[in-house]
Amino acid sequence: MGVDGRKTSNWWTVWGLLILVWAGFPLVWMASLAFKSPETFRDGVPTFLPTEWTWQNFRTVFSDELFTSALRNSAGIAVIATVLSVIVAMFAAYAIARLAFPGKKLLLSMALAIAMFPQAALVGPLFNMWRGLGIYDTWIGLIIPYLTFALPLSIWTMSAFFRQIPWEMEQAAQVDGATAWQAFRKVIVPLAAPGVFTTAILTFFFCWNEFLLAASLTSTDRARTVPAALSFFTGASQFQSPVTAVMAASVVVTIPVVVLVLLFQRRIVAGLTSGAVKG
Amino acid sequence: MTTIEKPPPAAVSPPPSPSGEPKKAHASDRLRHERRLGLRLSAPAFLVMILVTAYPLGYALVLSLFKYRLTDPAGREFVGIANYATVLTDPIWWSAVATTAIITVASVAIELVLGFCFAWVMYRIVRGRSFVRTAILVPYGIITVVSAFVWRYAFQLDSGFVNQWLGLGTFNWFGDRWSSLFVITLSEIWKTTPFISLLLLAGLVQVPGELLEAAKVDGATAWQRLWKVVVPNMKAAIMVAVLFRTLDAWRIFDNPFIMTAGANDTETLSFLAYRQNVTLVNLGAGSAVSVLLFLTVVVIAFIFIKVFKTDLSQVRGDR
Repeated sequence: MGVDGRKTSNWWTVWGLLILVWAGFPLVWMASLAFKSPETFRDGVPTFLPTEWTWQNFRTVFSDELFTSALRNSAGIAVIATVLSVIVAMFAAYAIARLAFPGKKLLLSMALAIAMFPQAALVGPLFNMWRGLGIYDTWIGLIIPYLTFALPLSIWTMSAFFRQIPWEMEQAAQVDGATAWQAFRKVIVPLAAPGVFTTAILTFFFCWNEFLLAASLTSTDRARTVPAALSFFTGASQFQSPVTAVMAASVVVTIPVVVLVLLFQRRIVAGLTSGAVKG
Repeated sequence: MTTIEKPPPAAVSPPPSPSGEPKKAHASDRLRHERRLGLRLSAPAFLVMILVTAYPLGYALVLSLFKYRLTDPAGREFVGIANYATVLTDPIWWSAVATTAIITVASVAIELVLGFCFAWVMYRIVRGRSFVRTAILVPYGIITVVSAFVWRYAFQLDSGFVNQWLGLGTFNWFGDRWSSLFVITLSEIWKTTPFISLLLLAGLVQVPGELLEAAKVDGATAWQRLWKVVVPNMKAAIMVAVLFRTLDAWRIFDNPFIMTAGANDTETLSFLAYRQNVTLVNLGAGSAVSVLLFLTVVVIAFIFIKVFKTDLSQVRGDR
């Protein structure tokens, strides 16, 4: 690459910086509000950055049972739904990638249909059914629909990963004297683990983010997740603007997302692109 | 640093049974075993999907034929298609259709262009590649409700900086339909462009480099190369990305709920279904809205698949 090439490459980096700003700017704004004093908004001319920085909002949200219970619910429900969804999808994805069986097409079409399905069409019947079954406003009442709606993405992503595994190696290991279990555990599991793990991250994002079902199928802090709790949060007292506290809570729930993205950027990109278009 | 790997040529799905199987009877035995295993392994997924979506949808269909409010369970009576007639003659329904359509068309169109630019930058950038890819995943992963609050507070009079920066004084963004829709769409675009750009990037890496080189040698301008080589070669990826994003935008709920609570005609179809079913517990008419919402999605998917011939075999994984 000559001088010319290097110059073009620099331009791409400049455009990359713009994308960085585009993605990061709202986060800076969020953090800025989270560190403002709740009294800031009285004088009428809001500034972008806080005039005085304070931890007060974080203290407010962490001393509020509404938020702490929502945080517990969100984490518990998202983790359990992710694990269950990944297990169910793993079986299906293995079958799709490795086996010839009737109903494979149907399974894939159903997954496609559910990926397109408007969840809002289910809030009425689920609301009614869950009340009848006694699982309205419980963890399990959210885990069931979450794991269902996460299935298509999990199945696609994992079957795409599974197709790339050199399965012959399992037999090769057995020829070399390993037992079937050893061959599976020592050869296949390490090869399949990254795909399963990536799928789990994407599924977790989905469950962590979900709002419509959370708002429809919960009513108290027994099962209300963070997005639903935020939407009903009115502030520490009715005389105080809820803005800064909501943003402090937002910062807290965005941290896990940023950490996962920083740690597993490459895997997430591979998972999103493979599941969707490579097939 | 890895780039997205190109897909394996003609994806080698392993042969159903390992070769070197001598007897035919044996092989068919194996085949039967394989079929049974396949069905068993996919049974949980089948079961869950049917129980949680198909069954409640059928239930909604039944409920939609009744006059039924949870606040008045005794007044439940069969009314046939009266609920549908009520919904379809109500301006609220049509306003929700219009609002949803406006948000969908605007956000998907802008995201397609913006997402393509992002994909192109991610494809070409050398220095800072992983930074850009990391940054772009943050909006993808962030909670939509959080994004809605962040943008709402940026535009809201008592807390926002937008009016100060643009010198708009006390202009109330949430005081009228169009400015509200603008802010809602902005939040939607910020949050979901990364998804569409990654799908487009996956299509972009599949465009054969030799074709681009050849076109360059033949003297095609950058613009011609884009429209004559790149776009036609990633048509499948573009259509899939647009279909998925369209149906996703059509379900929009979080942003209008948080930003306007449906004020000034900003209620979307999902929002309407939620309000009828959950807030008003009017399960009869609410179910009619649910069924109609489902039908609109079927129509959109049908148009994409039959009229625009979107090839979903790649997505479904059955090629």
